[in-house]
Amino acid sequence: MDSALLVHRFHFAFTITFHYLFPQLTMGLALLIFILKTIALRTNDPRYDTAARFWGKIFGINFILGVVTGIPMEFQFGTNWSHFSRFAGGVIGQTLAMEGMFAFFLESSFLGLFLYGEKRLGRLAHWASSLAVLLGSWLSGYFIVATDAWMQHPTGYERTADGTFHLVSFWALVLNPWALWQYLHTMSGAVVTGSFVMSAVGAYYLLAKKHEDHAQIFVRTGVTVGLLACLFQVFPSGDQQGKMIAKNQPVTLAAMEGLFQTKKSADMMIIGQPNTEKMKMDNPVYVPGMLSVLSYQRWDAEVKGLDAFPRDQWPDNIALLYYSYHIMVGLGTMFIALMALSALLLWRGKLFYSRWMLWLLMLSFPFPYIANTAGWMTAEIGRQPWLIYGLLRTADGYSKTVSAGNGMFSLLGFLGLYTLLAVLFLFLIYREISHGPVTSSKGGAH
Amino acid sequence: MPTLWFILVAFMVAMYVLLDGFDLGVGIAHWGVGRTEEERTLNFRAIGPVWDGNEVWLLAGGGALYFAFPPLYAAAFSGFYLPLMMVLWCLILRGISIEVRSHIDDRMWRTFFDGVFTFASVLLAIFLGAALGNVIRGVPINDEGYFFLPLFTNFRTSAEPGTLDWYTVLTGLIALFALTMHGCTYLAVKTDGVMNARARKIAGTSMWLVLALTVLALPATVYVRPEILGNFQKWPLGLALPVMAIGGLIAVRLAHSRGRDGWAFLASCTYLAGALGGAVFGLYPVILPSVGEEKNTLTIYNSCTSEYGMKVGLIWWSIGFALAAFYFIHLYRMFQGKVRQQPPGYGEAE
Repeated sequence: MDSALLVHRFHFAFTITFHYLFPQLTMGLALLIFILKTIALRTNDPRYDTAARFWGKIFGINFILGVVTGIPMEFQFGTNWSHFSRFAGGVIGQTLAMEGMFAFFLESSFLGLFLYGEKRLGRLAHWASSLAVLLGSWLSGYFIVATDAWMQHPTGYERTADGTFHLVSFWALVLNPWALWQYLHTMSGAVVTGSFVMSAVGAYYLLAKKHEDHAQIFVRTGVTVGLLACLFQVFPSGDQQGKMIAKNQPVTLAAMEGLFQTKKSADMMIIGQPNTEKMKMDNPVYVPGMLSVLSYQRWDAEVKGLDAFPRDQWPDNIALLYYSYHIMVGLGTMFIALMALSALLLWRGKLFYSRWMLWLLMLSFPFPYIANTAGWMTAEIGRQPWLIYGLLRTADGYSKTVSAGNGMFSLLGFLGLYTLLAVLFLFLIYREISHGPVTSSKGGAH
Repeated sequence: MPTLWFILVAFMVAMYVLLDGFDLGVGIAHWGVGRTEEERTLNFRAIGPVWDGNEVWLLAGGGALYFAFPPLYAAAFSGFYLPLMMVLWCLILRGISIEVRSHIDDRMWRTFFDGVFTFASVLLAIFLGAALGNVIRGVPINDEGYFFLPLFTNFRTSAEPGTLDWYTVLTGLIALFALTMHGCTYLAVKTDGVMNARARKIAGTSMWLVLALTVLALPATVYVRPEILGNFQKWPLGLALPVMAIGGLIAVRLAHSRGRDGWAFLASCTYLAGALGGAVFGLYPVILPSVGEEKNTLTIYNSCTSEYGMKVGLIWWSIGFALAAFYFIHLYRMFQGKVRQQPPGYGEAE
């Protein structure tokens, strides 16, 4: 492979992966904070206001990291993927620009009000600003997913003789059927991250016997919302997403599932290592016939394996794609078990005293990050070798004028800068958590 | 329709320069206006709730440029690869320093982020000015519609230019001083007492520097790109723009000497709008001139997206703009008034 192409791919992959660590929490927390503010408004219980203020601070730190690592994403379409932008900018530029006009202005304006204006605003207006932040961040998510959905499943365009894509239907772009399920799946994934983090912090306070009043709110809210989000993640959103891939990207499905040979009543692989050299799975553990059922709702349905497609259509990193997908699904299954058990204990009134369960909840917060990252890797590696599925290859989309050496320069810069940001972030979050949700007037004053 | 989008993109860039420009300027004059740590905290409080909304104009403007003129976005962003990467790093450092500084009440922590804030703001101001200089001077666009510009070559504007040459350094310096002035007029509005006096003083000094350099830049621009005079000859009304710029500068001085801080800020806005507007007016309909191969010049006609795309864009843009204007008015009204040091025991803003 061309080394400049590799550098540009890794450049985008690294910066987007790092970036998405922050929005997945803020989008999830936006909903949870809104729920806390709603309860506070209805019950007049000041503990919920304090809880919302505490999570507002965590939100603020994550938000700023999301903003500063997000700006390079918009730039990179032009800097590193200029050929793609030249041809497709007229289409995907629409959704990206709409994100700025509709989502960022809303989110940034009202976050300022939410974080700095609690005293000036009054209860109802402060609640409304948390709603505006929720709307802004969730709209932002939609426009980004719609952009990606167009690359996965292009709609509403026509192509001119020189290869340029022109938009012919705005609504086909914005209401792409692919975007709808991918959005729901992405957003409930973000809620999973948010609720795991919230319940992990609550579990930590309970175990450490600090701020126990608030800790109970965190665990109760986190586990309740978390269980619902985990279930929604599998059904219907994950299920529908899988069916779309089976229908529109069959070769991706084969690679994700490690299905090398076309088969009737195809098996669902649980564990095993794909061996692309010998075109088989090593050490396979599987559920017979299950893949046919999940993809086509029939035991005897035929599922096309990799052998049914020419090699130049195969995703170029089958092993990584297979692992990403299986890590996501495996973790998602475990999340349901963990949250269901916690919810059961909560319902029976035992959760706050079950120290082993609190330990599990506390330690589990990194895994939704891994699952969400693996999910996006499945989507993006699964789209390869295409940049725009079936229309423009990744190898044809990068900036030909930016040499591998120049790409490496900025890649190393980002690696270094983001390492510093990660250290700074962990330090700040550690401080907020050790400070805890205290009931002083801090945060509202200006 | 391409002309309309040209104006809209220019308008959004101007909004970015006017709004984020003042918080960049606060960064540049940060140490000059705020001599103590407490005073510098006030500088941050003056921009704290609004700066990230201001920066959204960069993203929104960039987004509009992206979908309305895709070949331009592709060419310019890959061509200015290295300087843009540095701009990104500065934007990251600056955003982080603004938000993170207040988190810890420690002298060294705050001094460090004060330094990062100023460093990034100074570089960004110079880069913004140099970027405008590059667009006026032009770049060597090839037959495929691309170019790649090194950071510097021999500092001449003729064949094989670099991102930095004598002309773009000049425009970079103008931007540096102009945004210093702009930021200080904003700080003068937001502060009182000794900080207000310092802000006015720095605004006054920068005003003279901007005036001197702008007077220098006018003939220099005509030397570098003589074609720019064409539009002014064709539509002499356009001459109002450079006149507006110079008038705005002088008005900053007049307003400050009469104690009208609000008017001085508006005058500073007038200068920036006039200077930017003049450059854009002179370029039209070109959006990125080519040096060398004249035919490869990117104009609004050979770079625009389809008529349908621009039409739909106009519909949602108008709605989005109305909403954004509403939020901004609301936000600025909410946080209007001067920032003052609070009595001890009264919680910090963050």
